[in-house]
Amino acid sequence: MQTKPHFAFFDEGSKKEIRRATLKAVAIPGYQVPFASREMPIARGWGTGGLQLTLSLIGKKDVLKVIDQGADESVNAVSIKKLVRHTTGVALTDQTAEANIIQSRHRIPEEPLRDDQILVLQVPNPEPLRKVDAREYMTKRMHAEDDYSGAWLILFEQIIKYQKMTTGAAHPVYVNGRYVMAPSPIPRFDNPKMHASDALILLGAGREKKIYAVPPYTKVESLAFEDFPFTKESFQGKQCNLCGAEDVFLDEIINQATGDRIYQCNDTSYCVDRLNHSEEKEVENSYA
Amino acid sequence: MGYVAVKGGTQAIEASIDRLKYDRLKGNEIVEINTILATMRNLVDQVMSEASLYAPFLAALAIKQAGGSMEEAVFLMRAHRSTLPRSYYSETVEVEEMFVERRVSASFKDIPGGQLLGATNDYTHRLLDFSLVEETLEENKQWLSDYQKELEKIEASEVHYFPKVVDYLRAEGLFDTYPLDNTSPKDVTKESIQFPTGRSERLQVLTRGQTGAVTALGYASLRGYGQVHPTIGEVRVGDVPIHVKHPYEKNQDEEDNFYIGEIKVTEVESFVPVPVKKTNGNEELEFDIGYGISFGQNETKAIAMSILDQCLESPHGEFPTHDEEFVLLHIDSVEATGFISHLKLPHYVTFQSKLDSIRQVKKGGKVDAD
Repeated sequence: MQTKPHFAFFDEGSKKEIRRATLKAVAIPGYQVPFASREMPIARGWGTGGLQLTLSLIGKKDVLKVIDQGADESVNAVSIKKLVRHTTGVALTDQTAEANIIQSRHRIPEEPLRDDQILVLQVPNPEPLRKVDAREYMTKRMHAEDDYSGAWLILFEQIIKYQKMTTGAAHPVYVNGRYVMAPSPIPRFDNPKMHASDALILLGAGREKKIYAVPPYTKVESLAFEDFPFTKESFQGKQCNLCGAEDVFLDEIINQATGDRIYQCNDTSYCVDRLNHSEEKEVENSYA
Repeated sequence: MGYVAVKGGTQAIEASIDRLKYDRLKGNEIVEINTILATMRNLVDQVMSEASLYAPFLAALAIKQAGGSMEEAVFLMRAHRSTLPRSYYSETVEVEEMFVERRVSASFKDIPGGQLLGATNDYTHRLLDFSLVEETLEENKQWLSDYQKELEKIEASEVHYFPKVVDYLRAEGLFDTYPLDNTSPKDVTKESIQFPTGRSERLQVLTRGQTGAVTALGYASLRGYGQVHPTIGEVRVGDVPIHVKHPYEKNQDEEDNFYIGEIKVTEVESFVPVPVKKTNGNEELEFDIGYGISFGQNETKAIAMSILDQCLESPHGEFPTHDEEFVLLHIDSVEATGFISHLKLPHYVTFQSKLDSIRQVKKGGKVDAD
């Protein structure tokens, strides 16, 4: 008894339903569109929202890249790629520039995206107001009434207590001047990349059953006050110990031998790319 | 050096999957699907119920593949369910037409049609039966044939349907009668639930809830974190026939519906006294029904479901068990186990981000300058 999986896992009816929700999400930037959200062969909370978007979008000619916390070879990224490959046979890549669908958990690649690419972000908690009210019924109403006082108040209280905003990842953003949106837990470092992005950004929350989007060239502003501006994570004076990159998001690593703190590009394919380029140059130079 | 953590993911995964397979095979024993179907009926029922997919064979396969892990077996079934097109909805199942195997009422000593214990663990003493260690097929065959002979001595009465206990109380005016509501239920697997929910949505989410979670919340409500203390009007277990309409022909007779098989269900009707305001302004006590139903024989879950159904029918700010978002959004096995287990995924980007925030605070809010 052997059965072959359907192309891209889902039956066509399911794909259509997800696409309809996606189109609605694109039409209302930052608004969380509810969708039925199928159970997937990977666990809820492990990227099923992103995976459903990817599988509903993917065609035979597409090239897919999947990253998890910046890394193409991270076990969960590998697992997702394996599943998509198994059910579609599409080409996979580590190169950001080669992919036209990039599914990512918690990072936007360092290399700027193009208008022929789609970034799919996996979202654990799509509701930026969940800390304001635990009930979906209430937060939905706040979005409808454009009542974001709770979101501002959270930031204000942080400033009162700690003299600065203490958000980590998932610092909320205003999309198109209307909806406050959880940008998925990307570091604050990546928030500005959402603004006027050339690529379409889709966000999928499988367990919470929501799809939302930032269409290309949409205004995206991180919530901040005039006297307390939004700040990215600071890596001032630090650089990648492999490729020397500055102004990228760095992983902090403890050198087990010396106990020193060293830094490395979080975006592994960006780092490898830079290393390869510098090697090529070295080779060119030595021949010249 | 630093790259070790994120490189080599592909090989690591493959090695891990091989190891998993090794663990399943190393004991040199094979459990047949048929063995599971024949001897682990309750486990199969529970998996089908939480998976909300009635397919005993697939459930047994899932149990085998999952090495007996409930959450894993349910997960496999749910994922498989996502690949199946849903072409038809069945006609309303008339539970009065159940071929009853077991039916008890706690409300009345004598119920019309009588109490029928059927197969239940309720009256077994939970002592480990060491004779099962050496159980043989021959002995079992002997027992079965003796049992069969005993049964033959009993004169078979006519097969009949058991009426619902609640019908007698309705006739007495202790329960409100409501007109039949034939609105099509909303399918929560095709449209995610929105709050406030309709009862059809609540019942669907409750019946596919994780057995332990539904039981725990029902218990919490009963013990003090809720306002519902029911009496079980009736628990019945048995097979009900499923019919579908011809998808294209209009105006058909019920007689023309297609019979597509039968499913075993547990159905519970709990009686809950509720105060009702009468037109003259006085409050009177009346009974309301809490409803529970579950694929297979899952009595505890179905009873707990009937409590939670009644809790959610009467929202109460003080008790989480009466809050539909609290109950409905946290009892799903796949969602709960998935999100808890996702904590095993790396979180170093989010952690680095938080670390940066905390370091900044420690520096008195000044921008990091080192």
